[in-house]
Amino acid sequence: MRALKQHKGVVAPMDRSNVDTDMIIPKQFLKSIKRTGFGPNLFDELRYLDEGKPDQDSSQRPINPDFMLNQDRYKNASVLLARRNFGCGSSREHAPWALEDFGFRVIIAPSFADIFYNNCFKNGLLPIVLDEEIVDQLFRETEAEEGYQLAIDLEQKTVTTPSGETFSFEVDNFRRHCLLNGLDDIGVTLEDAEVIKAYEASRRKTAPWLFGAGG
Amino acid sequence: MAGKTLYDKLWDDHLVKQRDDGSALIYIDRHLLHEVTSPQAFEGLRLAGRKPWRLDANLATPDHNVPTTERARGVEGIVDPVSRIQVETLDKNCDEFGILEFKIMDQRQGIVHVIGPEQGATLPGMSIVCGDSHTSTHGAFGCLAHGIGTSEVEHVLATQCLVQQKMKNMLVKVNGKLGPGVTGKDVVLAIIGRIGTAGGTGYAIEFGGDAIGDLSMEARMTICNMSIEAGARVGMVAVDQTTIDYVKDRPFAPKGEMRDRAIEYWKTLHSDDDAVFDKVVELDGSEIMPQVSWGTSPEMVAGVGGNVPDPESEEDPIKREGIVRALKYMGLKPNMPITDIKLDRVFIGSCTNSRIEDLREAAAVVKGHKVSPTLKQAMVVPGSGLVKAQAEQEGLDKIFLEAGLEWRDPGCSMCLAMNADKLGQGEHCASTSNRNFEGRQGFGGRTHLVSPAMAAAAAINGHFVDVREMMN
Repeated sequence: MRALKQHKGVVAPMDRSNVDTDMIIPKQFLKSIKRTGFGPNLFDELRYLDEGKPDQDSSQRPINPDFMLNQDRYKNASVLLARRNFGCGSSREHAPWALEDFGFRVIIAPSFADIFYNNCFKNGLLPIVLDEEIVDQLFRETEAEEGYQLAIDLEQKTVTTPSGETFSFEVDNFRRHCLLNGLDDIGVTLEDAEVIKAYEASRRKTAPWLFGAGG
Repeated sequence: MAGKTLYDKLWDDHLVKQRDDGSALIYIDRHLLHEVTSPQAFEGLRLAGRKPWRLDANLATPDHNVPTTERARGVEGIVDPVSRIQVETLDKNCDEFGILEFKIMDQRQGIVHVIGPEQGATLPGMSIVCGDSHTSTHGAFGCLAHGIGTSEVEHVLATQCLVQQKMKNMLVKVNGKLGPGVTGKDVVLAIIGRIGTAGGTGYAIEFGGDAIGDLSMEARMTICNMSIEAGARVGMVAVDQTTIDYVKDRPFAPKGEMRDRAIEYWKTLHSDDDAVFDKVVELDGSEIMPQVSWGTSPEMVAGVGGNVPDPESEEDPIKREGIVRALKYMGLKPNMPITDIKLDRVFIGSCTNSRIEDLREAAAVVKGHKVSPTLKQAMVVPGSGLVKAQAEQEGLDKIFLEAGLEWRDPGCSMCLAMNADKLGQGEHCASTSNRNFEGRQGFGGRTHLVSPAMAAAAAINGHFVDVREMMN
């Protein structure tokens, strides 16, 4: 996984609440057996005017000029500004894969859905929760100034605006540690293989019906 | 010291290691797999040279991509080549790694959240995960069950554990008795309408109260299934005699003396009387009406006797804009009666409502009637091959077919339209599924979430009606 310590990038505003993972990446693209290549279909139903199909050249499709990612000023964005409950619905990890593949590294919102929030950290994507008033302010500033950028520091847990205003955010230590160092958390867990085996041995004694194939 | 909640007990029983940084390793008893969220996980194992930690904890089946017609040709019969590759990939991965899979031609194949309980692969007190957010379904058995992403699918395969942070506890108490014609689906839609689609974020919800205790296991599964639509990854119901009876004699369930031992443990799986919840929400079950969703989020619901809301009366500007956007997408007018919503298709199925009781409930409503000629299609998709066989044994298939509904083969089908079953642009569908998001059931499709009884009543009338009127 790609590490993330500091990041500075153009902000794109996704100004609607309850953006679900079906909206982030519609189901027809979930048929892929790969982890990459989802970027052109990020927000497919909002970005294009036609119905997207897997394995299609999206550069030839009619685009929705009103959707923000189709506007020149946001095309190279790497920080997504969003509203309440971003990433709700399905557990599909294709949602963070699509955001990451498009070029996003950070998402800022007043709240995230649990599964999506967790999936982001597995893919080098940092979801940041800030108070709704601050998010409102960032929306206003983003829309007012073309090329508006935010600087994110995961070590310091801060977001800094172009005028130097700084906001702190919370993130739990384990996720932060893994993202700062680009760690594969399976490797970290397997360092405790003996602890897992010991748990399993005791569980086999207390709840033996949980072991052994049925059917 | 205060007593423990059911979630606290399940957490403690599966805690392998509490780490200093606040995270914890939680042991996973059962891992369910399907074709959509597993290929990249198996590929990850291969690339890292890892093997599954414990084969017998895993059970797989293809469900999202499988066609619901022309199943005699098995995988070869999947017309869409991309869908076929995904199903073939699951078969290959399960064969290569030695994981038990109910393949497309196996009668035990079905929606992953239907077959777990059906087989007794879901047992009280288990921790259960699957790369699917509706894994919360299994919480109906007093399980710690939730959806995970593909990276975590790989993590569970490789380590039999997950890295977790403990959630907060919420009790949703449904008091009193439900009225006739009011089902588990109506209860959960009413709960989501009350607490909102993010109301349960960060919480494990326990559903309790007399109305929940009176419900069958299948109705409890419907309720827990949609916990995620209230934002909660985990939804649970305490174990009682209903749970223990349901599990009895299922293929994977313990038998004889082992069963007696298990029951002794299962009976402890309830919140202690003095347990403290971080949040408690109470509803009066007798006041819950049959529900219909009118918008593009599961919290956008109304009783069937109600009206589509007027955005002008919403004070929160973000919510108001959400209503305006939803009404535009759904092609509905503010204040119109729910019963004026005309339908193009009806879908009875999905991991929420495709079990035998759901089919019985729908069949009882359509029996002796005909599907409205104004509908383009009404279909029934059983949750598994065994549900299908049971329904046919009871003659439910004939009731549906005589009424003019299609009788299909098992799978996720039009709940998310990854197979050939989908809505056309602008079409309204009365659906027993779980999500009414934009485009969920097909590009430009308009979903209304309802119970199987309400979907059946809508199929006969071509628009929503209060199913209770048809029962008199």
